[in-house]
Amino acid sequence: MDFTLSKEHEMARQLFRDFAENEVKPLAQEVDEEERFPRETVEKMAKYGFMGIPVPREYGGQGCDILTYVMCVEELSKVCGTTGVIVSAHTSLCIDPILTYGTEEQKQKYLPDLASGRKVGAFGLTEPGAGTDAQGQQTKAVLDGDEWILNGSKCFITNGKEADVYIVIAVTGTIEKNGRKMKEISSFIVEKGTPGFTFGTKEKKMGIRGSSTYELIFTDCRIPKENILGKQGQGFKIAMHTLDGGRIGIAAQALGIAEGALERTIAYTKERKQFGKSISGFQNTQFQLADMATKVEAAKMMVYKAALKKDEYRSNPKISYSVEAAMAKLYAAEVAMEVTTKAVQLHGGYGYIREYDVERMMRDAKITEIYEGTSEVQRMVISGALLK
Amino acid sequence: MKIVVCIKQVPDTKGGVKFNPDGTLDRGAMLAIMNPDDKAGLEAALRLKDQFGAEVTVLTMGLPKAADVLREAIAMGADKGILVTDRVLGGADTWATSTTIAGALRNLDYDLIITGRQAIDGDTAQVGPQIAEHLGIPVISYAQNIKIEGDKVIVQRQYDDRYHVLEAKMPCLITALSELNEPRYMTPGGIFDACAAEITTWGRADLKDVDDSNLGLSGSPTKIAKASDKVRKGAGEKVVPDSAEDAVAYIVGKFKEKHII
Repeated sequence: MDFTLSKEHEMARQLFRDFAENEVKPLAQEVDEEERFPRETVEKMAKYGFMGIPVPREYGGQGCDILTYVMCVEELSKVCGTTGVIVSAHTSLCIDPILTYGTEEQKQKYLPDLASGRKVGAFGLTEPGAGTDAQGQQTKAVLDGDEWILNGSKCFITNGKEADVYIVIAVTGTIEKNGRKMKEISSFIVEKGTPGFTFGTKEKKMGIRGSSTYELIFTDCRIPKENILGKQGQGFKIAMHTLDGGRIGIAAQALGIAEGALERTIAYTKERKQFGKSISGFQNTQFQLADMATKVEAAKMMVYKAALKKDEYRSNPKISYSVEAAMAKLYAAEVAMEVTTKAVQLHGGYGYIREYDVERMMRDAKITEIYEGTSEVQRMVISGALLK
Repeated sequence: MKIVVCIKQVPDTKGGVKFNPDGTLDRGAMLAIMNPDDKAGLEAALRLKDQFGAEVTVLTMGLPKAADVLREAIAMGADKGILVTDRVLGGADTWATSTTIAGALRNLDYDLIITGRQAIDGDTAQVGPQIAEHLGIPVISYAQNIKIEGDKVIVQRQYDDRYHVLEAKMPCLITALSELNEPRYMTPGGIFDACAAEITTWGRADLKDVDDSNLGLSGSPTKIAKASDKVRKGAGEKVVPDSAEDAVAYIVGKFKEKHII
């Protein structure tokens, strides 16, 4: 067992850190304040291959491992949670299911544009009545000759209006399982601009406010028959497996937010003077920082372990990384919330002011406990594996 | 077209400069980076590669860990890296360094050699032009813009308040300014390729047409007597003249005294 990062990973971290500091950090406050999708950053990330890090070279990607991708989301999120989730949703929720379940034709058709960042990806599972409970799905897909007709809507979709390629989960019929009638769920690739595919309202959010979160509406939206992803009826499995991977991305985002808040708090407590000395000289501050740093380090170990487990899976698909991903996301998200809350507290009144990054970070951290499976759902996944 | 870019690993001054007790630079305690002017030179070469399909080789002289800057250059898009390292080459001044690099370059085919103007650790700006002298090729220093036309390079050379446009037939050497361009980032895939790439390592025996008397510490005419941290400026002279006229007269007098006017 070796906790030392390889030369490749050290260099990649430096690259992501430099890029985040120079290109992402200067925009973070503005993107949040104006609730603006940072298109110019996405274009720069596309230029340098950040939009296709774990995609094989044959499909136009960078051919790197999951750990490299995770470090990218982590470093971006250290300075801007919005930018971190753009890359995470694009890579984990759109590229990954096409790479894992797509036909060769689908991979050739979609991956080069997605991996190069010419196109942005999104994933539509959640509906007003169905989040993690995929059986609550109302969106339907009916086969009509050579086309599927989609009807229904998806809500809270990350990269919503800015994406070009969407993975959409829909009900394609009913099946009997253990004597019970259940919905048959399938997944589809839907392109922006398809007639009948429109957008609803833009969500106004507490955090990650530059991320484009929209409702997707399908009204007699016809897509080619060959755009089904995986086999008919495989949609639930694809959705759950996709979320397993997505959770590693969100865990990396949460880790980055926590690290960013900790860094700023260390710097601030050294500068801020009260009662004639820096507040870092008070034992309360020192102990708080020690606890924050310890939890961040533990979260990092869990996130990297989940990334390595997914890398193992990529060479041996019999391996499951579901529990590691759930644990990493559960822990990193809760650490992000705790660390950013303490960061605001240690900043005192200034921490509550938008001019200081920790205010934004605390708002950004909250969503990591909610999307791609709430912390409660992660506990269900973990305990389900323990008690099976 | 074949381009060789000479790059140097230098201490990163962002984290603060650290000294050994004897006043020399404690390189081990400081992070190392690619010298900024050299990085601009590399970027210029990579842009020519994008435009004309050139082959870009990066060459550095230094300790074995200087291979890191070669890998960084390859991750940015350079094709090959050559490390010149040998104990007998250590302690070289600009003369011994340029002699060594010229000896290495004599093994290579090139149309263009690009170096940085100067390294942030030595600030001499001598090595680039000296290499050109050793090789007997033209040199254009302080390049702020580079264009290729046929077998010629057309370079804007920065001057105090203007620039000169110079033309030279290739092969030639250009020294680049960091203002020349905004160097690109590495790519993640480029990093993985760079770490797997083989770095060619050359020692004293691989240097062509050089004399031992011009190499390393013993071959360096420059001897460093003492190195020290910057001396802090004094508080200065405080003067409170009675009137604006007196103040002007005082300042003009000081300027004259110091031969500024």
